[in-house]
Amino acid sequence: METPALPIERFHGPPADSAQNIIVFQDVVLAFEDKPVLDGISFSLAHGETKAIFGVAGSGKSTLLKLAMGLVRPDEGRIFVLGNDITRMREEELFELRRQIGMVFQESALFDSLTVRDNVAYRLMEEGDVSEQEINTRVREALSFVELEHTIDKLPSELSGGMRRRVAIARAIITHPEILLYDSPTGGLDPVTSTTIIELIVKQRDVYKTSSLLVTHRLQDAFVMASHYFDKQANRMLPLSPGAKGDVPIGFLILRDGKIIFDGDVQQLSHSRDEYIREYIS
Amino acid sequence: MGAGNLLTNLELISPADFIKQKVQSVQDYALLAAQAVGNLFRRPLYVADMVQQADLIGWGSMPIIILAGAASGAVLALNSASTLQRFGSLGLIAQLVSVGMVRQLGPIITGLMVAGRNASGMASELGSMMVTEQIDAMRALGTDPTKKLVTPRVVATVFMLFFLTIISDLFGLVGGAMVAVLMLGLDSHQFWTSSWQILAFQDVFTGLVQPIFYGFIIATVGMTAKGGTQGVGRATTQAVVVSSVMILVTDFFLTRVLIVLLGFR
Repeated sequence: METPALPIERFHGPPADSAQNIIVFQDVVLAFEDKPVLDGISFSLAHGETKAIFGVAGSGKSTLLKLAMGLVRPDEGRIFVLGNDITRMREEELFELRRQIGMVFQESALFDSLTVRDNVAYRLMEEGDVSEQEINTRVREALSFVELEHTIDKLPSELSGGMRRRVAIARAIITHPEILLYDSPTGGLDPVTSTTIIELIVKQRDVYKTSSLLVTHRLQDAFVMASHYFDKQANRMLPLSPGAKGDVPIGFLILRDGKIIFDGDVQQLSHSRDEYIREYIS
Repeated sequence: MGAGNLLTNLELISPADFIKQKVQSVQDYALLAAQAVGNLFRRPLYVADMVQQADLIGWGSMPIIILAGAASGAVLALNSASTLQRFGSLGLIAQLVSVGMVRQLGPIITGLMVAGRNASGMASELGSMMVTEQIDAMRALGTDPTKKLVTPRVVATVFMLFFLTIISDLFGLVGGAMVAVLMLGLDSHQFWTSSWQILAFQDVFTGLVQPIFYGFIIATVGMTAKGGTQGVGRATTQAVVVSSVMILVTDFFLTRVLIVLLGFR
């Protein structure tokens, strides 16, 4: 299959369909110390959609998330998040915008010296105008979402790798953000724990309809997300009926040498004739 | 590893790039230092972090400051004794120890000891936070890391170094007094009276202005760490070396400026 042509239009204002597109990358170029990392990246994330980003190590997947969060600025191109051109915003303005974005970092990035409660409540405590009672209620709510209420007084060093990721998810969702950015949330975890994490991501997607970018190198995780939905009543992830595949809002993005070589849904991916993609998904 | 591999692993850098890197480092440092001060006038002010850091830096450094101060005063008295004895002026030892400790040795010893203990600690803590993406997480959660991490450490170090210097001066005098009284047979009351009376405003002022500068140097240099596991190790060593050298160089220029401003020799 040919790499699908991306609908790139050159304009200076926010995209016309910005109400639908939560994140839009336009011709984004980034190099670190003269080494190109991303070269002309353009894609968009629709409202309520989850986009799984694949690529070999060093292909710029994590950098893509940091760009979307405004933690790294591109050398060229523009990035719109919730209709705001974040490439032209000052750091102080970005702090406001980031309240609507949650991010789960590759190695959890929990603060070592703070308890699970303080890690999860960090953003609320920083805002300063939330009462202690409200903080406690919301921390318990977020921890119960990831089923880790019993760890509230523990330090990150007392948790397993999988538990730390789940606490990181709780920290990211405590303010009910409109966007979630997951950076390899299942990396280095055993299959059972990985499935637990994926189930939480599917729950967030299907119950709260949160738009998200998911960086992963585990193709099976994305396929599970594409073939399952979260049943609220059963309170667990269930497989879609055979004919319903493609009904869940999930897209796939594959990066290679700093460029997007695939941007489409699970059907297009499984029918791709591109040699590299076939080898990648095999 | 073969010689060829070793050579290919060596990073060769052109003089122009080397100079660029150094200029960039100075620029980064100047920006960080300016931000650290500027943050004092912007909300939020992390007072709890300042108190916590003051406890870590101040209370934590107390034993080494007491020991180093006392040892410096005692050694100063011991070394000066033979010279003063030659001129029959052993009675001046109290004045010598007092002025030497308060004006110069106290601030310098305290600065260097705190630099050794805390600059490395700050650099390794910050470097580890970078490696584990905690700094990025902090920004992602809406916190300015310079406000949360740098400014509290700068305020705490400047504040505590000031008082640590006073403690160091005091124990320096105690060390000097012990040598003078127990080893040289001088009168204790005379020692303390002389050491108090010799001190002029300029001596005390010079001695207490220095820790303000040294504290700022220690905290800002300690907070310029770079990421990467190798980077953390390098930053830890560099923080101690750079802050110590900067303290000694600043000492010279500061002393010269104060001599001119206060009009004493």
